[in-house]
Amino acid sequence: LLQYCLSGHPTLPCNVLKFKSTTIMLDCGLDMTSTLNFLPLPLVQSPRLSKLPGWVLKDGSTFLDKELKECSGHVFVDSVPEFCLPETELLDLSTVDVILISNYHCMMALPYITEYTGFTGTVYATEPTVQIGRLLMEELVNSIERVPKAQSASMWKNKEVQRLLPAPLKDAVEVSMWRKCYTMPEVNAALSKIQLVGYSQKIELFGAVQVTPLSSGYALGSSNWIIQSHYEKVSYVSGSSLLTTHPQPMDQASLKNSDVLILTGLTQIPTANPDGMVGEFCSNLAMTVRNGGNVLVPCYPSGVIYDLLECLYQYIDSAGLSNVPFYFISPVANSSLEFSQIFAEWLCHNKQTKVYLPEPPFPHAELIQTNKLKHYPSIHGDFSNDFKQPCVVFTGHPSLRFGDVVHFMELWGKSSLNTVIFTEPDFSYLDALAPYQPLAMKCVYCPIDTRLNFIQVSKLLKEVQVMNSLLP
Amino acid sequence: GAGQDVGRSCILVSIAGKNVMLDCGMHMGYNDDRRFPDFSYITQNGRLTDFLDCVIISHFHLDHCGALPYFSEMVGYDGPIYMTHPTKAICPILLEDYRKITVDKKGETNFFTSQMIKDCMKKVVAVHLHQTVQVDEELEIKAYYAGHVLGAAMFQIKVGCESVVYTGDYNMTPDRHLGAAWIDKCRPDLLITESTYATTIRDSKRCRERDFLKKVHETVERGGKVLIPVFALGRAQELCILLETFWERMNLKAPIYFSTGLTEKANHYYKLFITWTNQKIRKTFVQRNMFEFKHIKAFDRAFADNPGPMVVFATPGMLHAGQSLQIFRKWAGNEKNMVIMPGYCVQGTVGHKILSGQRKLEMEGRQILEVKMQVEYMSFSAHADAKGIMQLIRQAEPRNVLLVHGEAKKMEFLKQKIEQEFHVSCFMPANGETTTILTNPCIPVDISLGLLKRETAIGPLPDAKKPKLMHGSLLMKDNSFRLVSPEQALKELGLAEHQLRFTCRVHIQDPRKEHETGLRVYNHLKGILKDYSVQHLPDGSITVESILIQATAHSEDQGTKVLLVSWTYQDEELGSYLTSLLKKGLPQSTP
Repeated sequence: LLQYCLSGHPTLPCNVLKFKSTTIMLDCGLDMTSTLNFLPLPLVQSPRLSKLPGWVLKDGSTFLDKELKECSGHVFVDSVPEFCLPETELLDLSTVDVILISNYHCMMALPYITEYTGFTGTVYATEPTVQIGRLLMEELVNSIERVPKAQSASMWKNKEVQRLLPAPLKDAVEVSMWRKCYTMPEVNAALSKIQLVGYSQKIELFGAVQVTPLSSGYALGSSNWIIQSHYEKVSYVSGSSLLTTHPQPMDQASLKNSDVLILTGLTQIPTANPDGMVGEFCSNLAMTVRNGGNVLVPCYPSGVIYDLLECLYQYIDSAGLSNVPFYFISPVANSSLEFSQIFAEWLCHNKQTKVYLPEPPFPHAELIQTNKLKHYPSIHGDFSNDFKQPCVVFTGHPSLRFGDVVHFMELWGKSSLNTVIFTEPDFSYLDALAPYQPLAMKCVYCPIDTRLNFIQVSKLLKEVQVMNSLLP
Repeated sequence: GAGQDVGRSCILVSIAGKNVMLDCGMHMGYNDDRRFPDFSYITQNGRLTDFLDCVIISHFHLDHCGALPYFSEMVGYDGPIYMTHPTKAICPILLEDYRKITVDKKGETNFFTSQMIKDCMKKVVAVHLHQTVQVDEELEIKAYYAGHVLGAAMFQIKVGCESVVYTGDYNMTPDRHLGAAWIDKCRPDLLITESTYATTIRDSKRCRERDFLKKVHETVERGGKVLIPVFALGRAQELCILLETFWERMNLKAPIYFSTGLTEKANHYYKLFITWTNQKIRKTFVQRNMFEFKHIKAFDRAFADNPGPMVVFATPGMLHAGQSLQIFRKWAGNEKNMVIMPGYCVQGTVGHKILSGQRKLEMEGRQILEVKMQVEYMSFSAHADAKGIMQLIRQAEPRNVLLVHGEAKKMEFLKQKIEQEFHVSCFMPANGETTTILTNPCIPVDISLGLLKRETAIGPLPDAKKPKLMHGSLLMKDNSFRLVSPEQALKELGLAEHQLRFTCRVHIQDPRKEHETGLRVYNHLKGILKDYSVQHLPDGSITVESILIQATAHSEDQGTKVLLVSWTYQDEELGSYLTSLLKKGLPQSTP
């Protein structure tokens, strides 16, 4: 058993396992924190951003002032945002036989792997993972492609030049390997290589290894994987949750008696209790709206947003917010809301029971029906006619570098009545806000991360009685 | 049930000591005890739970699940019942419907109650497609997509390396709302397949659809009423999609109704379980949900007497009771009207009678109903036809086939065809009959580590991709098998060792001296057996490993030499190889 770790990001793993002469890639997460070094992509011409001064070196030389801009003491790259790919030098990725995906957040680098490395194998993932993963990719591609940027900065990446830059640009690693976003044809080609699997389905690989996905309780269709030969059992536990939210609960029993347990995707904010954070989210939201302000929630188009909407569904009447409009803006908002209702088999027991009635499993169906929640593909078109303030807006991207969220940051940033509430844990909220400083708007950090924390991990390890555990 | 018959599907499979009951249906043709399977076949006086390891329900049609509450709550069964999620969702609704018709309308007592249906459903475990469900340590089941109706599945039942596949009802051609059945090459020992359309090879679906639309259109144009008896879920949705698109395209105004309050609910199930429908519907559901109908409205009983044309979908599908039968009685007398039977009708039902040409029906109370309306039959029921059944057999490659859920005569024909084409045995037992199928189970044997090490040390290095021959003694003790070294076996069994030696004579034409022949043999073997130790001993004999070869003169013929080849039983393989090698003679010229 040989393992290579190709990603430096703790919750967006990419590992390669060599086992019984089979090469298996476990997840291919895309580290998007690199985009924090770039200027936001505004949907509407932003005078503030376009007037930012170019960055000048200490010795006064100005040759970088087209590529780098300065904003409140921070330096940003003025270019199409780029992503930090999984390591491709460590081993020849064309030798990878299969890729196992554990959840839709951990497949965002898939087009880079399947389309650029000579990969000829098969990708395995569950149906919700593929469908929602497609939506996340579509949103990403769409939000970058709709703001064409003439400039693609490369001078600053020169090793000699980079040395002279201020942190964090100076310390960014492997910047020459950073890549621009993929395109929709590449996404479609990558997704066509995926074979759909169900929980507890046994898949034979070349007669040597058997792999089986198990419910991991973290997201719709999220899975852990058992990789076993006749006499050895390796468990890959990635992005798992023991809390009861909307997905099917985690299957722990099947992990028992593993020879090796590979553990990734643990929460990075173990002190933030998700329930407490949801409570704080609701009270901050209510307070802002009551004072006549708007609330901005930067989020992904699927996942925690379903839980937040469900909480709000129960909360708004008691908090007297029945007349406040909730807007969900994303090119895939409609699809995400529709898809969430058709995966009954992948949901927790309570939601499954609802489908048997038959009723939609998520209450956001009712929020939409009663016009309390409205969804739009973008801020252009219908939204501009319907838009009423004060309101609550859910939109992406959580990095605040692209997507409709950029517009709302520019629009509402100047007023202290408004609040931006961060719920996604992947990005540091201070870094995300840096190019919008100075900011009058209130900022609340309520990260909701249901993934395993250290206490839960040690309990899990005790229960499943593993021989060895590995934390890449 | 379902042995040379359609109705009350219920099959008991005993496989490697496990007992599995497949389906638990009712029979639409009977109103007496025969409507349910006879569970005394399972056990005369024990509890069913003790005898059955699990029950599997293939889909929600009543002829496959209609007896389930009776079986679990009235006869008594507390073990697990497996079905897919959509089946689990829809099954209780149809059971409740069935109960209402039987108890409330026909006034029968001693039938299962609503509470029993609920209690029965609590025993149900829902399964995913392709999920391997471990019923217990040895028994596992796996569901495959079957088409037919929403949530219909085929099931593979596996114990060790023995397996059975039960198809339930399936459809090998995708239709307007469902995909086609699919199974991998799982090579089961037995495939139990339905054979409703064992002899039919249906023309293309498009033709049937065009025919159907033409008939409906013509009747409506001349002011007639069209009755389409259907079951609430399944064919109804397919035909609704068909008529909806046709009405839209042709801009027709005649009303279309769906008879029971179940429609909207039924359509809702299709919306929520859209992942079980066909690719096209799944792909476009965000933009346009095919199960939201514009032209099809809910039916009210009073509408039946309205003047003018209309199309009504009414339940149940075989005209054996309920609203479809009521409307049929109202409309039967008018030759302008038409009834279209889109599916199979079981013997004994009104549907079956009018399809077989009967035009005077005796109804309840000796009343005679004269049927003047046009009667059309159109096979829309989503069963595999003969071609489809053969296709499934080709896909799964079973070693034996067993036909159920069809008529004896038609089965006979299909059985011959299957035996001819696939050279596998095909069975078609009647109800109550038992078929025994012999299998070739593989038996795992534990090898002792010492023997394994010793054997792998001999000869070329082991290759994971090639089988390797090993020598040892097989011990069968306490129901387990072990391969150990002969010495250990002798020791464990307290036996003394006997040596067994083979000697073989090989005649060779060679006029030379014995020792020269010996040398030729030596050179010959040395040249061929590069990996073995071949030695020429001073006394003229040759050894290959432990095998001894001696050349002696023939007592009568000077031109012939006799080679004595001698080996122990342990070296049988090499010994017999050498013998056959030497029998081929020596090369003409020695180097």
